[in-house]
Amino acid sequence: MKTKDQTLTVTIDRFDGTSHYQTTHNVPTRDNQTVLDVVTWIQQHDDPTLSYRFACRVGMCGSCAMNINGEPKWSCRTHVSKVVEAGSALRISPLRNMPILRDLSVDMTPFFDKWTQAVGYFVPTQTKDDPLPAIKSDDRDRAKANQSIECINCGICYSACDVVAANDAYLGPAALNRAWTLVNDERDGGAKERLEAVSSDAGCHNCHSQHGCSTYCPNLLAPATSIAGLKRQTLLNLLPWGSHDD
Amino acid sequence: MIDARLYLLQRLTAIAMLPLIATHLILMIVAINGGLTAEEILGRTQGSVGWALFYGSFVIFAAIHGAIGFRTIAYEWLIPNIRICSVASFGLLIVLIGLGLRAVYAVTV
Repeated sequence: MKTKDQTLTVTIDRFDGTSHYQTTHNVPTRDNQTVLDVVTWIQQHDDPTLSYRFACRVGMCGSCAMNINGEPKWSCRTHVSKVVEAGSALRISPLRNMPILRDLSVDMTPFFDKWTQAVGYFVPTQTKDDPLPAIKSDDRDRAKANQSIECINCGICYSACDVVAANDAYLGPAALNRAWTLVNDERDGGAKERLEAVSSDAGCHNCHSQHGCSTYCPNLLAPATSIAGLKRQTLLNLLPWGSHDD
Repeated sequence: MIDARLYLLQRLTAIAMLPLIATHLILMIVAINGGLTAEEILGRTQGSVGWALFYGSFVIFAAIHGAIGFRTIAYEWLIPNIRICSVASFGLLIVLIGLGLRAVYAVTV
């Protein structure tokens, strides 16, 4: 257990709008200290210009995602003791694959634009006057939708994805995971348009199945499995003997 | 950069090549027992419509499969312009089919 007079060396990758540089800070260690605590301490005591993003501090909002020692994680749910070996330093960088606004804050516009491109929104088939459809909890399609429905759009999978890094246009694991959820939602009426969207040159077939998304998803979802489902469904639809159900 | 149709075509050519690859490998292992000579190979392949169709289709499947893969790899690693990559991979497809069929022609006719 670290004592209060120990310090941790923290290096942060910075960006001021024009140039990239690094700053190094000595942060007092505390018991049960999270990386978000470290970043907050630096902003409050060492460098008030440090820009970063957070909201809930308890792993619900997903806004504090950043690269911690090279791995995308929620800073609020990452204990320093879990990522820093005794005597080693901590390196914090912004998420990959998104334009950096400033320091650790990234512009998530392209990330959310791709949700729209993938038709990652619910297309209703009924009005408020229709009776609510009865969906059994053990329904096969519903079970598939449930597997990937807990995504909170934090962008960690998108940052972890090497295909996004190599291909700007690729829709990415989060948008495709959302698309798969909706494809399996029997109340949704946008399946045809959605399957066409994810079959494009930027779609699910670009996935190399490296499973970086599933490895790093803090909610333990498996976007790679969702993408595999989309590949299967879109290919079955292309085949002359294919069906609309896998 | 790959859409559903190219992805499907690449998988279908892979499936089509599986028995061809297996036959080719087994044939090589069997044929090489007791030494291998050009006469022995040509004696088996020259004038054979079967081997011409076998290796001719092999060449076409491999060329399609490889060209699609090249297009994706070229886009992700070399040139982030899909038009250039598409033209280059189509060129590769033509070259592979041309060289491959020429080789098949040389040993079967």
